Amino acid sequence: MAGHSAALDSKTLWGGKISPFSTSYGKLMMWFFLVSDALTFGGLLISYGFTRHDCLEAWPIGEETFNSMPFLGHGFPLLYVALMTFILIISSVTMVLAVEAGHRMDRKGVTKWMIATIIGGFFFVGSQGWEWYHFIHGSEFGKIELADGSIAIVKGHFGEIKNFTVTEAGHHHKTGDVVTEDLMHTFQHAAAAGDITNGIITLHDGSKATINKEKDHELTLIIKKSGKVNKATKEKRVIRGASATKQYYEALYSGEANRVIYGANLKQNEYGPQQYAQFFFFITGFHGFHVFSGVVINIIICLGVVAGTYHKRGHYEMVEKTGLYWHFVDLVWVFVFTFFYLI
Amino acid sequence: MERDDLIEYSLDTHHDEEKGKEIRKKIYKVTILLTLVTIVEVLLGAVIKQDASIWPLIKWTFLILTILKAGYIVMVFMHLGDERKWLRYVILVPYFIFILYLIFIALWEATAIKSVLTYFS
Repeated sequence: MAGHSAALDSKTLWGGKISPFSTSYGKLMMWFFLVSDALTFGGLLISYGFTRHDCLEAWPIGEETFNSMPFLGHGFPLLYVALMTFILIISSVTMVLAVEAGHRMDRKGVTKWMIATIIGGFFFVGSQGWEWYHFIHGSEFGKIELADGSIAIVKGHFGEIKNFTVTEAGHHHKTGDVVTEDLMHTFQHAAAAGDITNGIITLHDGSKATINKEKDHELTLIIKKSGKVNKATKEKRVIRGASATKQYYEALYSGEANRVIYGANLKQNEYGPQQYAQFFFFITGFHGFHVFSGVVINIIICLGVVAGTYHKRGHYEMVEKTGLYWHFVDLVWVFVFTFFYLI
Repeated sequence: MERDDLIEYSLDTHHDEEKGKEIRKKIYKVTILLTLVTIVEVLLGAVIKQDASIWPLIKWTFLILTILKAGYIVMVFMHLGDERKWLRYVILVPYFIFILYLIFIALWEATAIKSVLTYFS
């Protein structure tokens, strides 16, 4: 059959005994599987859109939520996901090059490009792990409920905490002790539990201490839910300067529990409505699992290439089929990228 | 057991070095295009804020660029453009019918629910 099936007329093609699509059973089934998987992801993203449409103003904005870079800190909107997208596109390219090499029966070429694809896949899974870590961990400021009942997210550079100086002894610390360990964690824990009143922090052991902290820079409040004074309207939602700092610390040091939320879990998150984090975990998690299984399948097929299984068979269709799956994973990410991060 | 009545369609897809060069050239072109589109998207997203008056236009730009990217991935990287016409239709037509219907009904429903929520709050 080789080489001339393109010239067959439709009567012969649809007359039985051969595939009218001139495609093998395996490849066709891979396409049908991908269609069903694409419907799954389509359904997930549409339900995301549905929920977002219902709570318009409070929904987090991608560039305000995802703005950190490894080793560089905050203030780089979308740069990291752009890098992730780029990594996935490049690994898709190396995969298609592996398929092309397979069509020339170039075993060395297939091996080389498949290994490159696997490395790209690992980089992407690792990046997603880092992204999740940051998402769960949250920012240094958190989301805060201000005195008038409005809820705001906070941007800016958090001034470093130098130490806590104990002013009132507890079970463990004596008066005059200077605590220098685990400061940020202790601070956030106490702030969320309402253990900071007027700048005096109550430590785990019951001792009280003053907070020695550097000044914050460019602290900005972005109102997400209107209160009595602050409104989440287009013109008024961003509050800067001394007023922002004053309102933030008034609320943070109010001594009331649950005024501030750091990071995200399945019950609450600092970015927006509860569903937001759940959609984030489910959709990016489901996609990440696809990437992970894609890497595993790629490794298995790559071993087959190295062992010469497909060379003996006379064609590298298995590489093409895993390639289809791998491109599909890239395809899904293109949409996740748009709907979660850009829009 | 070896069967001789099975047709190996995969053998039809073999090509020589010259055709390979041509295909690779196309792959590199699409790579550059996809990268450029991603860079443009990120720049637009980082520079233009969502409360800007131009935002709805940007949103549509994002959607069009995304579909452009998806089209290149499916047609070139997944070789759907090189398959037989009816294979293309069997994959794409049912998908688009379902997904367009789902988008329509979700937006319709969400708008209705939103109006009810606004009315009662």
